[in-house]
Amino acid sequence: MTSESLMDDAALQRERIRNKSELVRAGLKKRYAAERRFRLYGLIGTAIGLGFILLLFYTIGSNAIPAFTQTMLRLEIELPAEEIDPQGTKDPEVISNANFRKYTRNALRGHFPEVKSRRDKRKLAALLSPGAAFKLRETVLADPSLIGQRVTLMMPMSDDIDQLNKGVIDTAAADGSGRVSKKQIEWFQSLKERGLVETVFNTTLFTAGDSREPELAGIWGALVGSFFTMLITLLLSFPVAVASAVYLEEFAPKNKWTQLIEININNLAAVPSIVFGLLGLAVFLNFFGLPRSAPLVGGMVLALMTLPTIIIAGRAALKSVPPSIRDAARGLGASPLQVTMHHVLPLAMPGILTGAIIGMARAVGETAPLLMIGMVAFIVDIPGGVTDPATVMPVQIYLWSDAPERAFMERTSAAIAILLVFLIAMNALAVVLRNKFERKW
Amino acid sequence: MSLSLILGTLAILTVIGFYLGRSRSLASVGGKPQRLHSRPHYYGYYLAIWCGVPAAIVFGLWMMVEPSVVTGLLIESLPADQRQLDEAQLGLLLNDIRNIAAGGIASREVGPELTQAAAHYNGLLQTSKLALLAVVASLGVAGITIARRLISPDLRARNFVEKVMMLVLVVCSTIAILTTIGIVLSLLFESIRFFQKVSPIDFLFGLEWSPQTALRKDQVGATGLFGAVPLLAGTVLISFIAMCVAAPIGLLAAIYMSEYAAPKVRAWVKPSLEVLAGIPTVVYGFFAALTVAPFLRGTGADFGLEISSESALAAGGVMGIMIIPFVSSLSDDVISAVPQALREGSYGLGATQSETIKRVVIPAALPGIVGSLLLAVSRAIGETMIVVMAAGLAAKLSANPFEAVTTVTVQIVTLLVGDQEFDSAKTLAAFALGLMLFCVTLVLNIIALTVVNKYREQYD
Repeated sequence: MTSESLMDDAALQRERIRNKSELVRAGLKKRYAAERRFRLYGLIGTAIGLGFILLLFYTIGSNAIPAFTQTMLRLEIELPAEEIDPQGTKDPEVISNANFRKYTRNALRGHFPEVKSRRDKRKLAALLSPGAAFKLRETVLADPSLIGQRVTLMMPMSDDIDQLNKGVIDTAAADGSGRVSKKQIEWFQSLKERGLVETVFNTTLFTAGDSREPELAGIWGALVGSFFTMLITLLLSFPVAVASAVYLEEFAPKNKWTQLIEININNLAAVPSIVFGLLGLAVFLNFFGLPRSAPLVGGMVLALMTLPTIIIAGRAALKSVPPSIRDAARGLGASPLQVTMHHVLPLAMPGILTGAIIGMARAVGETAPLLMIGMVAFIVDIPGGVTDPATVMPVQIYLWSDAPERAFMERTSAAIAILLVFLIAMNALAVVLRNKFERKW
Repeated sequence: MSLSLILGTLAILTVIGFYLGRSRSLASVGGKPQRLHSRPHYYGYYLAIWCGVPAAIVFGLWMMVEPSVVTGLLIESLPADQRQLDEAQLGLLLNDIRNIAAGGIASREVGPELTQAAAHYNGLLQTSKLALLAVVASLGVAGITIARRLISPDLRARNFVEKVMMLVLVVCSTIAILTTIGIVLSLLFESIRFFQKVSPIDFLFGLEWSPQTALRKDQVGATGLFGAVPLLAGTVLISFIAMCVAAPIGLLAAIYMSEYAAPKVRAWVKPSLEVLAGIPTVVYGFFAALTVAPFLRGTGADFGLEISSESALAAGGVMGIMIIPFVSSLSDDVISAVPQALREGSYGLGATQSETIKRVVIPAALPGIVGSLLLAVSRAIGETMIVVMAAGLAAKLSANPFEAVTTVTVQIVTLLVGDQEFDSAKTLAAFALGLMLFCVTLVLNIIALTVVNKYREQYD
């Protein structure tokens, strides 16, 4: 090979490289555009995910707001002594047998003496909630001296009128074919003009149990039910989970059996929650004969469901405690159990508690397994113990969401908002706990 | 005489035992704890264990046998003609007696005999509780007295207490296994009873699901057909729609969080996305049924499409939103676990960041990503409340996302909410469906977890 051809070769090579780098440069613009596009896709994906959260919160929030107020009617009611308590005994049994419904109706009719026909009278009475009569009875029972006098009370109006007042039902469009008739709208407007209608904060929502009437329904029963259920869940799952985590992490020999337990716990954490409900139905209700609809059984089912979550979190927390702590304690003569109980466990406690709170937050919102064990019944009374029939917040939401009345939709949203507030509070507590006590070794 | 009183008595006795044990051990060495084998409170625990544990075991056993013994005694006290009744009628009678005894309502006229029987039943319960209190209290006291005698400076109290503690730890760790066994056994047991009535072939391959069994021969719409295929098809359809939403959004979010976002942004975005997984499913169900479904129906009508108000699209779409974090968080973890050296090698060869992600990072993280997708699928299949509230009830074999379909979980809920008769195929069918659900999700989970774990080890 001559030196000339060698030079040619080198020049050719350089030429090729230049060509190639030009090729690359030409392609760069396209590649950079692709780069920007790809990055944008990622951003869009994240934004959609975050957008859904905002949409969800906005929908629930805007639907919930009307539920926190209730339309009330100021009503002056005559309480004739000769009808309620003719003998003047003030015996609660005699008083509670009186027809309080009649008095509230009469008081309302007093405002509209022109209403004569039976049908119209019934429609007029429907402006008031059936709860008005109960409220009157409660008031009289609490203070029998009112009998024979005129009392002025704020009475809840029926859910349809409440919706009308909140502007959900369009007065112009209502032609009498809907739930509110034209006449009712006129009566309501006239009452409003007389200044008898007031919108007040809806305390019933927070103090009452369930009801078929939206204006009388509240979440207190469900909240108490949730409290009892969670109490059982916590009492059962937390000690057992901590004990399991301690055993598996600190003492268990590495053999087939412990490996089986580990795989089993990981799988149990991913079993659909409804399967736990089937377990509760077959074992706790049918085999052991425990009561249906009781927070006790609900708590037991949810405890089994929460167990893997707390065990996994607990093991992670125990694992993060450095071996030097154990070595130091053993060096001072502590027995293995003392090392764990006195030193390792207290240091791991914040992590375990964080896991427990997150597990409990999941259990608070759980619905499906509780449907299986009958916690879906319509229960008006506030439960007084763990064996009383009860319902819980998410099940109450499920029940209300099925109700046809428009007013229940508001209340469902309000119940969801309250549940979400609880969940956010629990998760915030977990985050605070983690940030405050988590130690980096 | 309530149970809490008995348990309270036992608790007080145990506490007394603890203090007695501690003071006894100190007294035995003249107040010099250094001469004891264990520290004084271990002697307290020693006594407390001897006082509390045997009594608690007896209490548990008593609770288990009490109902059958009391019922047996009650039946013996009944008049002869009632004792001759067949099992079902006797059960009804006993139920009534129990209801009257508890102050409730009976299903028949309450005669003096019945009232007497109820009183007798109450008396039996009362006696049983009194006897239990006596037994528990005397066992506790006996435990304290005997164990107290054993306390001496040489007694290895700590070793004993620690052995008991270890036993407790071991027992607790097996509860998870017992739960699984309980799930499998209860599902299997009821499913076997179901398959005695309906052949497994009909169940697995039947194309029609109509679980109402006819009471009369000429009843319409109550054929008692238990073909699970339409349910499976519905489940698959809804899960598929959910994955169509969750997989792209979740993966893109994961890539953005792990590769592009600044650490500070990631620290905010990741927990925010995880909020989606923390929202109760009943909330999603409400959202799907009251916001998404009417919206889709309206939009469909604008385009001349007929979308059912219980369409698979609404349920599946909302379910997809719910499982976004299952995809994004886990995928983010596996993508972040890909060693930096791989990326740098790719940059060194002149690749842009997106090319590196597409050609190097994703292929390296693929097993983990597949694992996270499988976990999300298993979530979607087992999800109940969204479909109960937003999907249909009628089993239809259809792949049209605008139609209403039903799923396995919806049918389990509809079959079991309300009256349950554990001798009808209808109620038992729910357990067979549950068994199927459990097996499918278990297989998916095992595959997913194995894949994810194997992958993690690879780069550790």
